[in-house]
Amino acid sequence: MTGRRVAITGMDVLAPGGIGVASFWDLLTEGRTATRGITFFDPAPFRSRVAAEIDFDPYDFGLTPQVVRRTDRAAQLALAAARGAVSDSGLCSEELDPGSIGVTIGSAVGATMGLDQEYRVVSDGGRLDLVDHEYAVPHLYNHFVPSSFATEVAWQVGAEGPCTVVSTGCTSGIDAVGYAVELIREGSADIIVAGATDAPISPITMACFDAIKATTPRYDSPERASRPFDNSRNGFVLGEGAAVFVLEELDAARARGAHIYAEIAGYATRSNAYHMTGLRRDGAEMAEAIEVALDEGQLNPGDIDYINAHGSGTKQNDRHETAAFKKSLGHHAYRTPVSSIKSMIGHSLGAIGSIEIAASALAMEHSVVPPTANLHTPDPECDLDYVPLVARDQIVDAVLTVGSGFGGFQSAMVLARPDRRMP
Amino acid sequence: MSVTAVVTGMGVASPNGLGTKEFWSATLNGKSGLGRIQSFNPAPYPARLAGEILGFEARDHLPSRLIPQTDRMTRLALVATEWALADSGVNTADMIESDMGVTTASSSGGFEFGQNELRKLWSLGSEHVSAYQSFAWFYAVNSGQISIRHRMKGPSSVIVSDQAGGLDAIAQARRQIRKGVRLVVSGAVDASICPWGWVAQLAGGRLSTSEDPSTAYLPFDHRASGHVPGEGGAILVMEPAETARERGATIYGEIAGYASTFDPQPGSNREPGLRRAMLSALANAGMRAEDVGVVFADASAIPELDRSEAEAINAVFGRGGVPVTAPKTMTGRLYSGAAPLDIAAALLCLRDGVIPPTVNVAPDTDLGLDLLGPEARAASPRSAMVLARGHGGFNSAMVVRVPE
Repeated sequence: MTGRRVAITGMDVLAPGGIGVASFWDLLTEGRTATRGITFFDPAPFRSRVAAEIDFDPYDFGLTPQVVRRTDRAAQLALAAARGAVSDSGLCSEELDPGSIGVTIGSAVGATMGLDQEYRVVSDGGRLDLVDHEYAVPHLYNHFVPSSFATEVAWQVGAEGPCTVVSTGCTSGIDAVGYAVELIREGSADIIVAGATDAPISPITMACFDAIKATTPRYDSPERASRPFDNSRNGFVLGEGAAVFVLEELDAARARGAHIYAEIAGYATRSNAYHMTGLRRDGAEMAEAIEVALDEGQLNPGDIDYINAHGSGTKQNDRHETAAFKKSLGHHAYRTPVSSIKSMIGHSLGAIGSIEIAASALAMEHSVVPPTANLHTPDPECDLDYVPLVARDQIVDAVLTVGSGFGGFQSAMVLARPDRRMP
Repeated sequence: MSVTAVVTGMGVASPNGLGTKEFWSATLNGKSGLGRIQSFNPAPYPARLAGEILGFEARDHLPSRLIPQTDRMTRLALVATEWALADSGVNTADMIESDMGVTTASSSGGFEFGQNELRKLWSLGSEHVSAYQSFAWFYAVNSGQISIRHRMKGPSSVIVSDQAGGLDAIAQARRQIRKGVRLVVSGAVDASICPWGWVAQLAGGRLSTSEDPSTAYLPFDHRASGHVPGEGGAILVMEPAETARERGATIYGEIAGYASTFDPQPGSNREPGLRRAMLSALANAGMRAEDVGVVFADASAIPELDRSEAEAINAVFGRGGVPVTAPKTMTGRLYSGAAPLDIAAALLCLRDGVIPPTVNVAPDTDLGLDLLGPEARAASPRSAMVLARGHGGFNSAMVVRVPE
């Protein structure tokens, strides 16, 4: 392979039930679930009443009162994860050229929580069409433009290179990292603090997913509500969270003796050009994204040891991606463990793609494949090895992680060991 | 040698002209689209002027089933895309679906759609929220809807970096073309002129409170006191130069260079990042400053930001060393739509040998810019630089040049 390659040299995760990489990984490998009855607001008016919430206090992560005041919860999660990732990387930012450092943050729905709360106030509970600016908080503009997330992270880490937010719905968390990889490869930056965040657990989000029956109406036992690939599944469970990485040019990372979790070996995205929320059963566009990502990483289907699925727990998704794995990996799809961590931490929209990249890198790091919780009776149309209930000890040298989102976006990323033999 | 990305089609939705021809003719004649807000009653608010696109009837252009599921910004973007594809002369039906992608920018998504659903949520109850709220307001919606409407299955993307995002999206489109994609629809359209969007923009603290459209938005003028926001933008069709030539396309110009930077933290007293972005964009284009015949300024009309932009331009080109213009004085600042519209104007400027004017401004001579006045200027630049800065520290610079 010629040209610059990109490695993950630092990471941090804030996920439901798992704040910090260690606690996140414990949750996943123990197969515990963090879905629960919604506590952020009274869920009684809603069809779906469960979510995967984080017990998060921004002051635990060094955020100052003024930063907390001017930021949405999603930005706070990103800031906390960025702090942890930079610390984990061992990079000393004083020694770096700020112009060589970039920031790429993925988010599907931006400052939804802040916008929902502030609209309620300026409209006086929906009474005013001409909403009252005198009741607006001074930082409302930061909620208006989610690019403020990139600004906050850039200020925190001292980045003065290319900074942006990537927002491609539920593939944002993969696409943001993929975008950052391209910037490093082309030389626009040497280091990028990249990842994704979303904090969508708010009445407006619950209401719109209720309207399309995308979220599960199951709330009698919230801890068992997220059931990807199970025959009894009936929608996803909304979550929140953030994962942020330090991405670095591989040779520079090696030269400074950095710990390398994985190389981002390949990435591709495709659109289904079909429907804003619907998926065709054949999974053709996701399959093409997978094939292109493998090709970019010079990997064969047989090299993939683990597939971190999108696994949202909607019928159409689970069938769609099962078809995509078969189409792209052929017979190898049947021999490869596939799991969905959304069974444990819910679906945090734009954030989840990055959280799943973290899970994929940790699977390589610890030689463990996380399970799919709540999977007791697979849908007969989903006939792959979905690692039910219990984590599996297994050497993992290369992982495929995929995402599928509203707007028709289908993304695939391949993580591999940088010292693998190249064809 | 990397593939050259060229622009072969454009579709414009601007407050001073709906359609490329209308926009360009209005712009060269100094016709402004700024005025008192029509789409809602602005009387309760301290700022009352905007650049609105008047007379746009989505139903005249789009199938009726798309109307209830789209925000205004998406309707404008879908129409601008149709015009851009028609202008390019490409027949997308003849192309392989996965060879075509869509890369747009957005600043605030379908904010008016979101406003209307939030109103239903809080005044009527959650069961009244539209199913379309699940996608009609989010930032990815324009790329998604364009890809569906034109069956474009290749790589798509959405960039959010406030007003700089429009250039970042076009740069991402160029990356895709260099990687082998045969056609990318790029650019941006934003439209958040609604009460909820207005309150959010007021909170940003940069809106002009003038009541007079002819003195409300005066970048590089000692009277500068904020900007007038607008709605709209431009959609571009981009292709590899070689295949565009093979099919005999009319080529507006090449996306020759680009770079983006971020400002140091506030209070650091270090130089903002715009000059670095400009120099890196020139280097990326393999060009020198003297090769650039005109600069389309970001033109924030915040005195401190005008000064820092002028200093950056002077540092790169020398004081008065290049004609500088801000046709956005006729449209207002269009968020992520602004820079794609400036790219469209820059390409038309290269084509026609005429630099569009900057209206209403009495330039502050201390700033040292050769700023266009209210009249267009005949010139034959071979290349233009477009600058865009986003709230919070985003700087992007892009160089376009005439086709070889």
